[in-house]
Amino acid sequence: MADGNAGAPIEDATSIALEDIDVSNPALWAADSHWPYFARLRKEAPVHYCKASMFGPYWSITKYNDIMAVDTNHQVFSSEAALGGIAIIDQGAELRLPMFIAMDPPKHDAQRKVVSPIVSPMNLATMEPLIRGRVQQILDGLPRGETFDWVDRVSIELTTQMLATLFDFPFEDRRKLTYWSDIATTIPAPGMLVETEEEKLSILMECLGYFMRLWNERVNAPPRGDLISMLAHGESTRNMSPEEYLGNLILLIVGGNDTTRNSISGSVLAMHQNPGEFAKLKANPDLIPSMVSETIRWQTPLAHMRRTALEDFEFSGQTIKKGDKVIMWYVSGNRDETVIERPDEYIIDRERPRQHMSFGFGIHRCVGNRLAELQLKIIWEEILARFDRIEVMVEPERVPSPFVKGYLNLTVRIPA
Amino acid sequence: MTKITYVMFDGGERAVDLKTGVNLMQGAVANNIPGIDGDCGGACACATCHVYVDAAWLPKVGPRTAMEDSMLEFAEHVEANSRLACQITVRDELAGMVVRLPEAQH
Repeated sequence: MADGNAGAPIEDATSIALEDIDVSNPALWAADSHWPYFARLRKEAPVHYCKASMFGPYWSITKYNDIMAVDTNHQVFSSEAALGGIAIIDQGAELRLPMFIAMDPPKHDAQRKVVSPIVSPMNLATMEPLIRGRVQQILDGLPRGETFDWVDRVSIELTTQMLATLFDFPFEDRRKLTYWSDIATTIPAPGMLVETEEEKLSILMECLGYFMRLWNERVNAPPRGDLISMLAHGESTRNMSPEEYLGNLILLIVGGNDTTRNSISGSVLAMHQNPGEFAKLKANPDLIPSMVSETIRWQTPLAHMRRTALEDFEFSGQTIKKGDKVIMWYVSGNRDETVIERPDEYIIDRERPRQHMSFGFGIHRCVGNRLAELQLKIIWEEILARFDRIEVMVEPERVPSPFVKGYLNLTVRIPA
Repeated sequence: MTKITYVMFDGGERAVDLKTGVNLMQGAVANNIPGIDGDCGGACACATCHVYVDAAWLPKVGPRTAMEDSMLEFAEHVEANSRLACQITVRDELAGMVVRLPEAQH
């Protein structure tokens, strides 16, 4: 994952001039210091223009209902890759991989429909025993009474195994998926995982080569239930170009990897920081589904999604111009005190825990939401069956990114 | 008050009296009818309140909106009589209406 990108120095959130606020600064995310900036924006400038940042100028949408309004207006707010795509950093032209998350209807709809059934609740029910078995194996292999990195040993391992399962990907090579996911989300810069666009592209081409082999295997075999077979045989996907195939694979790898990985790590951190909530959960495991939703809200593993305005648009007293970059800060909407009660607190038995923005809304709403919830549910059922507590030993290092909101490591100890 | 009957996937039925103006998603959530999530709170933005409207009531309920059509694209097992419950508002002429729930909401 991205590292070495220090960003600009952090100024005090209360004294900085409103117009100078730049919540995209990676340093804010590495330091977990973005919260007071968003609190101020929600209060003083809920639709806010930042005229200069390392990602160029952009609008910030920070309140729950405003984000909902943008997310559901795909006629005006486009996800199209050619306009920059779905993250604050513009998709570079040389690396513009077509993927359905970065398409508008009708193409988006046709391609999404092919992928959707594999992560439908009915299909997931058939996968549940397999997921549980793998979770049990991972948890049973953890050391007792010594420190280890939960991110590597559990969060990455489990989500990577799940991806390998969904793709029917050679199991022994599964960490390649993690690697490609990290490469895909790294902004090339000196000292980073990849330093240049060329280097990034060449690694992604290796990824494509690997997956082309799998495609050729599956396309010549009868249709099966794995994702590659579904893409190879699906009516609206079987004629995809290699770029489109790679684009959709990267989407599914990143979507199924980083996000759930960081929610799993976040759940352990949240439970450590809120022992009262952990006690509630132990006393009443029926709260697990509600706790899972609360964790996904509290963590918000993708801090934002981006859109590009297709026309001038009056919004909340501001004029968003055609072509402007619009950032929907889910991380802020999830802390909007006018919609969610005591939003900064982690409360596993909230009245409406599913009321959160972490999956987005509208036609681009997360297609894998039920798989994410299922993985978190199973892992906590199995944790409660084994461990009395999981101690977090030091403050984790956080990803210095305004997009992927997560942890580079989480040092824990399970008492012997 | 208008009587609306929800038929669960397993065949169980729940009849509830709803006030004019509330929508069928709210009616289900407020009465703890399982199988309808309504994650987006009724904004037609998540498709987790998918229901099937009994044929007899389709003309009275009216057509889907364009946004509802888009959202239903991604629900599972969508039929001609599929609707999002949050887009159906209770009014007198719907008295006695029956809606069926799918196996799960995606």
